[in-house]
Amino acid sequence: MRPPALRLDGVRKSYGHVLAVAGVDLTVEVGEFFTLLGPSGSGKTTLLRLIAGFESPDAGRIELAGHDVTSTPPHLRQTNTVFQDYALFPHMTVGENIGYGLRVKGIAKAERRERVERALNMVRLSGLERRKPNQLSGGQRQRVALARAVVNEPEVLLLDEPLGALDLKLRQEMQLELKRIQKKVGITFVYVTHDQEEALTMSDRMAVLSNGKIEQVGPPDEVYERPATEFVAGFIGISNVLERDGVRFVIRPEKLRMLEEGQEAQRGMNVEPGTVEQVVYVGMSTRYIVRLDRGDQLVAVRQNMDAPGQALRYEGRRVRLAWVPGHTYVLDHQRARSDAAAGD
Amino acid sequence: MAVEAAGRPRKTGGASPIQSLLWRRPWLRISLLLLPPLGWFVLIYLASLALLLVTAFWQINSFTTQIEQVWNLDNFRIILLDPTYRLIIGRTIAMAAAVTVTDALIAFPFAYYMARVASRRTQTLLFAAVLLPLWASYIARVYSWILILNHSGVLNWSLQSIGLPPANIGYTYVAMWIVFSYIWLPFMIIPTYAAMERVPESLMEAAADLGARRARAVRDVVLPLALPGVVAGSIFTFSLTLGDYITPILVGGAGSTFIGNVVYSNVGIANNVPFAAALATVPVAIMALYLIGAKRLGAFEAL
Repeated sequence: MRPPALRLDGVRKSYGHVLAVAGVDLTVEVGEFFTLLGPSGSGKTTLLRLIAGFESPDAGRIELAGHDVTSTPPHLRQTNTVFQDYALFPHMTVGENIGYGLRVKGIAKAERRERVERALNMVRLSGLERRKPNQLSGGQRQRVALARAVVNEPEVLLLDEPLGALDLKLRQEMQLELKRIQKKVGITFVYVTHDQEEALTMSDRMAVLSNGKIEQVGPPDEVYERPATEFVAGFIGISNVLERDGVRFVIRPEKLRMLEEGQEAQRGMNVEPGTVEQVVYVGMSTRYIVRLDRGDQLVAVRQNMDAPGQALRYEGRRVRLAWVPGHTYVLDHQRARSDAAAGD
Repeated sequence: MAVEAAGRPRKTGGASPIQSLLWRRPWLRISLLLLPPLGWFVLIYLASLALLLVTAFWQINSFTTQIEQVWNLDNFRIILLDPTYRLIIGRTIAMAAAVTVTDALIAFPFAYYMARVASRRTQTLLFAAVLLPLWASYIARVYSWILILNHSGVLNWSLQSIGLPPANIGYTYVAMWIVFSYIWLPFMIIPTYAAMERVPESLMEAAADLGARRARAVRDVVLPLALPGVVAGSIFTFSLTLGDYITPILVGGAGSTFIGNVVYSNVGIANNVPFAAALATVPVAIMALYLIGAKRLGAFEAL
């Protein structure tokens, strides 16, 4: 059996009094698209820099493909990074940028040219190798940065919010593109982002980080449907947390049915009355912010399938919210309570 | 609202004709703003340079030493054909080039340390160390080197005290080279430092990430990106050496006459201003060529 592409064991890193990474254990399998998701300051970028070797951990162990690299400098690690600001060499052409890693490793010119050509093809930039980075658009630069890293065929490819600077449409395009490239080259990707949608769309597995600790690791659907902690529930998607009979649980907005007067709930559903406080139109769907009579606030989502403009007339109406108890997810009692205590 | 509106003049349409004119014609505003400095520059600086150029084509009456406004190329012919002047021009350029290369070689690692390695505190200290000598008089700094380099100076004394033979480099080209390199060094360090500081750390990380050790990354990334700064610094070191005439007098030997010395003696002793003017156009022409070259290397973006 092949050793995992990446293994972190009790990795800690602090800057002065600030604990950036507070003991992380993690295993990433070969060929996985693994995402580190978290808000800014959660330690995800520090974790990535520790893996790349730009920082060294205060404690713990980092293994790449079964080898301990904890004390190995970055230029000797089998990782390559796609930087947030791309960090393309402005004085080199696109071709020279992509070929730099191969040149440093002393790979012959003919092979180098061939591999650069292939990398350019892969990111659909053939014919641009003579350009300088400042003659490229943001999206093109992003692709060059990706090609420059992938061409070295690293054990693990590290991506630090690589799509952060692109506009929404380009970002969505690049998400699919990245996924396509990852499947094609079969390299292990460790991808850092604060965008939950990006994480859900692209990852095979993901880790949610908060305050330098991993809150949950799992495939996207599992993390979304069954968040381990209130933090995860709140960070990924809109979460409605209710406490009934001493049990705290999460209901996703799309699982809530909003019933008007005269409509009946299906059998076995829980029903609670409330008032629509606010209606938020978001294009494809509409969010209804409902204040339950028992005091909690919940968000329900509905597709906009009615005639245009119909959604807004719900504001102020009396409604009932219904849900299937099986669609809720009970939060880990211990964890939820300790989190609440820590928050005070 | 109504009360307020009644109490104050209305905002719209209240601009005076001059305000409107200036607002609608931005070039007029800029011209007015630039007129005093630009006028000064044109009158004092360019006019004197033009006058210098014009004078260079005149001559003096060898009996009366009066300037005669007779147009001719004799001055330039002498400068270009007389081996003495060719030697002096060649010597000046060679010294300027040697000093520039020396300063570049010293400044690069120094600026690298200042910009990319030193802590904030050390950086400030080094900055002060680099700039402090500029506060002392030029003459004082040159004299201090005489005290070091001359026959019974600090250098020979130190060499003797550790049992080595004296290095008699006082009043030689070597002395001039050392003094020039020392005096103009800050002018090389500062632009090199500025260019180096602008190289983002992420580029160095990217180079390391792609397998380059530190020295390789410096060579492939910092050096080419800081080169415009070095070239910018070389404009200073080269032109300052080219135009200097004090250091050759003070620390140079018998045969160390520079262009500046000849110009000086022609203005003062020989009273041949047209010839001095002609000779003075030589460094101006050399610097013009140098600046064109420097611009090609991107030095002006680094300033």
